[in-house]
This record gives sequence, C-alpha cells and structure tokens, in this order.
Amino acid sequence: MNTTTASTGLQSLSISQRIIAGSLALLLGLTLLVGTGFAGDFRLHNGAHDTRHAMGFPCH
Amino acid sequence: MIRNLFAAALLAALCAGLITAAIQHFRVTPLILHAETFEGEGGHSHGAEAVAADHDHAAGTPEHEHDAVAATEAEPEEWAPADGFERTAYTTLATVLAAAGFALVIGAVSMFAGLPITFANGFLWGIAGFVTFSLAPAYGLAPELPGMPAADLFARQVWWVGTALATGAACLLLARTRAGWAFAVAIALVAIPHIIGAPAAPDKPSAVPAHLATEFAAITLGTSLVFWLILGTIFGKLNDVFAGRSATIPAGATA
Repeated sequence: MNTTTASTGLQSLSISQRIIAGSLALLLGLTLLVGTGFAGDFRLHNGAHDTRHAMGFPCH
Repeated sequence: MIRNLFAAALLAALCAGLITAAIQHFRVTPLILHAETFEGEGGHSHGAEAVAADHDHAAGTPEHEHDAVAATEAEPEEWAPADGFERTAYTTLATVLAAAGFALVIGAVSMFAGLPITFANGFLWGIAGFVTFSLAPAYGLAPELPGMPAADLFARQVWWVGTALATGAACLLLARTRAGWAFAVAIALVAIPHIIGAPAAPDKPSAVPAHLATEFAAITLGTSLVFWLILGTIFGKLNDVFAGRSATIPAGATA
C-alpha cells in the first residue's frame, strides 16, 4: 500500500491509518445522520423537520 | 491524512448541502407548507402548531395531550422554528449537517474498503449514494408529506436503515468485484428488503391531495440525485487536490 509515490491520498495510507480515519469519519458521520434524520427529541425533530421530509427520512 | 479526509468531506458537504438547501427552499419546502394546510383539525401540523390526533411519535414518547385549539398564534407546546427565515435557516443547517453525515459515511466506506473517491469516480460514488440512501428506501417508503398516513415510525426507521445497509453493501461489493457470484449476492442484497417489505401505511385516506404527493416524490428524489452527484464529484475533486498537494508526484490529470 505505501509503496513509492501515490496517485491518490488513499493509496498512500497504511491499513491502520485507514482504519483510524474511517472509524472517526464513521462515528462523526453517523452521529450527524442520527441527529438530523432519526433522533426522536422534539427539538431535533422540529428543527430538522423539512430536511427529513426532503431527504426521504421517515418522519412523524 | 485524516485531516485531508475530513476537510474534503466537510467542504464537499458544505457545497452540496447549500445547493441542495437552495433547491429545497424553492421546490420542496413550498410543497411541505402546502401539504400542512390540508391537515386541518385533527391532522398533524408542523411543530408548534399542533401535534395532534394521528401523529405518531418516536418510540418512548410518553402519553400526552395536544391542544386542539393550537393555531399559529397559540402558545407553543414544544419548540419549533418559526415559519419564515428561522424555519429556512434551520432547514438549511439540518441539510448541511445531514450532507456532512453522508459525506463522512461514504468517506469512511472509502477508507475501510480501500476504494478512493476521486474526481474520475466521484460521479459513481454519488450514484451509489443516491441508490443506497434515497432510491432504495423510497422504493418501499415513498417520500412522505406531512398529513399522509404512515406506519409506525420506529418500524419505518428500522426498515430504512436495513435497506440502506443492504443496498450499500451491494454497491460496495460490485465496486470491488464483478465476479458472477458477486452479482448474485448483490441482487439478493438489493431485493431482500423489498421481499420482506416496508412497513405498510394504514389504509386511511390521505389528507394530502394526490397531485401534491406525486410532485413531492418526484422532486425530492430528483433533488436527492442532484445532491449526491454534487457531493460525490466535489468530494472526489477535493481528494485529488489534497492528494496532489501532499504527494511528491501530483495526481494525474483530472480535467
């Protein structure tokens, strides 16, 4: 994976770097999606209401 | 390295999210507001106005009373952004945050699977994202307007997530290998949620006129496609730019 020069960023990363980066991104990404698309809390629901309908998340 | 991934994902999400929010403001939200006018007494209205009769709450919400009077001027029972600028601002914010969530999730998939997101293939990532997170869920749970009858919220959320996971796995599998078995598995993964079937809406008349609902379904799916194509393309372009900056040999021509 980390041989010579890379043509993209991803190929220059080691497996462990990819796993760390991927885990952090997944954690933050899912938190954002749960908060905007799924959370039952009425403040999050009402604030993101139109986005939920527009993006096709189940709402109501 | 990690910084590059986050910077590319968040910048792409900001661009795609803002463009999508603009489309939503002009084409999608007016339909939601229009639909809310048909709900009348007993139907669901947006947030503060009324959360009435046939409104389904998230699992775990305690029993509570809704005031049927609840016109726009009534004391709000629960917070909701005021119609107009505030509501638009919250919708824009929520759309950008959701965009960031989607961007980070496909960025994570790219990292785990060892499949780079580039300018050359960003369009395909976008199509895969659209199919995974918009089209496949919509195939079972059509985009809903306020006031349309719908099944239990939690059951729909579970089906939505399961469908996205299965469809996304199918896209990923086909991105890795085009072997015959992979096609068979991918077809099974895509089909199984629909064979199980989405939670069916109760057989009640909809408060929303059909032409509004069909227009909404078409426009939200179209908007989602635009969102995903922009997100994938910009994400890939930024990855190329950042990789070119940090590598000793710049990334290949991408124009």
